[in-house]
Amino acid sequence: MKRHMFSSRAALLGLVSALSLAGALMPAEAANKVLKIGFVGVTSGPAAAWGTSNVRSMQTLAAWWNGQGGVKIGDQTYDIDVVTFDDQKDPKRAIAGMEKMAQEGIHYVVGPNVDDGAAAVRPVAEKAGIIYFPYAFPKALYTKPASNAVLGMVANYQSAPSIYKYLKENKGVKTVAFVCANESDPISQRDGGVVAAKALGLNVVADKDTYENDTRDFTPVLTPIVKLKPDLLVLSGVAPANAPLLIRSARELGFEGIISTETAQDAKVLEEGAGELANGFISVGGASTPEIRSKTMEEFIDRYTKKFGEYNDESNTKVYALQYIVDTLKADPKAIDSVEEFKKAMDTFSAPNPYLKDSSATLHYVGTTSFGQKRQLAVPLVVNQYKDGKFETLFVANVD
Amino acid sequence: MEQVVANGLYLGAQYALIALGLTLIFALMNVLNFAHGQMYVLGGFVTYEIYGQLRWPFVVALFASAITLAVLGGLIERLLFRTVIRRSVREESTMLLAAGIAYFLDAVILLLFGEKQRGVPKIVPGVLRAGDIIMPYDRIVVGGLAVLFIVGFILMMQYTRPGRAMRALAQDRIAAQLMGVPVEFYSLLGFALGAMLAGLVGGLLVTITGVNSGIGGPISLKAFLMVMIGGAGVVGGAIAGGFILGMLESVGLTVLHAYGDITYLVIFAALLIFLAIRPNGLMGKPWG
Repeated sequence: MKRHMFSSRAALLGLVSALSLAGALMPAEAANKVLKIGFVGVTSGPAAAWGTSNVRSMQTLAAWWNGQGGVKIGDQTYDIDVVTFDDQKDPKRAIAGMEKMAQEGIHYVVGPNVDDGAAAVRPVAEKAGIIYFPYAFPKALYTKPASNAVLGMVANYQSAPSIYKYLKENKGVKTVAFVCANESDPISQRDGGVVAAKALGLNVVADKDTYENDTRDFTPVLTPIVKLKPDLLVLSGVAPANAPLLIRSARELGFEGIISTETAQDAKVLEEGAGELANGFISVGGASTPEIRSKTMEEFIDRYTKKFGEYNDESNTKVYALQYIVDTLKADPKAIDSVEEFKKAMDTFSAPNPYLKDSSATLHYVGTTSFGQKRQLAVPLVVNQYKDGKFETLFVANVD
Repeated sequence: MEQVVANGLYLGAQYALIALGLTLIFALMNVLNFAHGQMYVLGGFVTYEIYGQLRWPFVVALFASAITLAVLGGLIERLLFRTVIRRSVREESTMLLAAGIAYFLDAVILLLFGEKQRGVPKIVPGVLRAGDIIMPYDRIVVGGLAVLFIVGFILMMQYTRPGRAMRALAQDRIAAQLMGVPVEFYSLLGFALGAMLAGLVGGLLVTITGVNSGIGGPISLKAFLMVMIGGAGVVGGAIAGGFILGMLESVGLTVLHAYGDITYLVIFAALLIFLAIRPNGLMGKPWG
C-alpha cells in the first residue's frame, strides 16, 4: 500500500514538473495582462438608461478589442475588464462603489451619472488616486483645485444656450416655461437653463414648478403650466423614464408649443411611452449622426445592437469615455499606474477620432472655457429632434 | 377648477384600487405587504408583454396580469407567510419577510424585463374636451374600470360566502376558526386576491403611465400613505384614503405650484398632525 502511495506521489510530482516546464517554455503570447476599468453609476430605476448605455458601450468596446487580441499599451498587451457597480442614483451607494473600485486597484472609472453622486465620490477618488469620468455638471468638480474628474459629455450650461438660440432664431420662441424633478440635479440644470434663457432675452413664464421623481401621472403637475401657453416647455434634467409621460400629459392637455430637454433620451422609450405625441421633441443626442459618423462607429452600433438586442442613441456619446482612457494610456503608458501622469498627458493629448468620418477630427481634452483647465472629453454636441420612433439631427456644434 | 377636480377624481380612483389589495392583506393577516408595489409592477409588465409586445387584446392581457399575480400571491402566502406566521411569534418576522420578497421581486423583475421604462399603445385614442375639462378617453376608461373593480370588490366582500368568511377572519381570526371557517384557505384566498388587485391595477395603469422596474418601492409607499389616511385594514378607509390623496395632490399641485414643490411637504405635514389626532386614520377599525 505504502509502495503504491509512493509511486502515485512520484507520478504526480513528475506530472507537475512536466507541466511547469511546459509552461515556462510556452510562448509569451499565451495570456494578456488584464486592465480593469470601472463603472459606478445608475443602472436601475427611472434613470437606468443613462448608466446602462455607459455599461453596454464599455462592454461592447471591450469585447471588440479583446476579440482582436487586446489593446497594446507600451510594451504590454492588455485585455480590458469592465468592473461595474450600480449606485441606484444614491450618493451613499456611489461612495461605496468608488471604494470598491479603489479596493480592486482600479485607477480609471466611468461615472457617476448624476450631480450628487459625482460630488459624493470626489473625496474617495482623490484619496485613492482615481480619475473618474462623470456625466454630471457641477463646475466645482472640474475646476481647480479639483483635478480628478473629467466631464464625459456636453454640460447643459454648454448646450442650453445653443438650443434656445436656435429655437429663438429659427422657430420664433419668445416665452419659456421650465419644469423639473425636485432633486438637486434637475434643479441645478433648470437654474442654469433659466439663466441661459434670460441672457438670450427670452421671457421665462414659469421657473419654480417641480415634481417628485417617482410621479407616475403628470397631468396635475402640468395643468397650471400648460395654461400659461409658453412657446417652449423645457423638461430640465428629465429622466428617460419620465420624459414620455411628461410629453404625453402636456400634449393631451392641449400644449402646442415646443418641448425640449438638455439631457439625452431613448427613442424606443419615447416611442413606447408617448408614440406620435413625442414627435418634435428636442433633446441633446448621442455624439454622432449618420451624416458625421465613421465606419468604426457604424460597426460599434452594429456590435452593440447584436449584443444587447437594441441600441441607445446616447451610446454614441458613452462610447467615447473608454476610448479616451485607453488612447490616453497608449499616449503615456506610465499613466497605467499613475493618475498624475494621466493628468499631465491630458494637456497635450491628441489622437485620431475613430468615430467621425472627418479624418482630421481628433480626440482631445477640452473645458478651458468652462472650467479653466482641460477636464472635459471633446465630443460633438448633437441636438436631435424625435420623429416617428427615431431621432433626426437638428444641428451639430462643438464645445470650446 | 373643473380640471383640477377631474384630475383628482381620476387619480383617486387609481389610488383607491392600489390601496385596496394592501389593506385587504393587512386586514386578513396583519401583514404589511411591502411587496405590493412590486406586484403592481409585475402586473404592469405582464400586460406590457401580452398587449404591448404580442399585440393580443388588452382584456386578455389584463386578465393574464390578474391571474399571474393571484397565483404568485397564493404561492407566497402558502410557501412563505404561512410558514413564518406559524413558526414565529414576533410580528416583525412577517414585515422582514415582506421586505425580503419586495427586494427579491425587484431583482427578478429587473432581470426579466430590463431597466427601461416601457409603455403600450393607447387603449382608446382621442381626448374629451368639455368646457374647461380636458380628459383623454383612455383615462376615462381606466378611471371607470377602476371604479367598476372597486364596486365589484365591495359587493364580493359584502354578499358572497368567501367575502363574508374573509370579513369574519379580519374581525376575529380565532372566533372565525371556532365557528368552522377554514382560516388557512381564506388567508390564502385573501392574499391571492390582494395580489391580484395589485396586478390588475398595474395592468390597467401601464396603458397610461407605462411601467419600469424601479417604481415598486414608491408605489408601495404611496399605498401605505393612503391606508394610513383611511385606516389600516378597512376597505372603505382605503378607498377614502385613495380619493383624498388624489384630490390633495391635484389641488395642491395647482394651488401651490407658484411656491415650488411643496405639495407633498404640505400633505406629509398635514398627515402628521392628522395621525396625532386620529392615530387609527379615518376609519381605523377592522371589518365588521
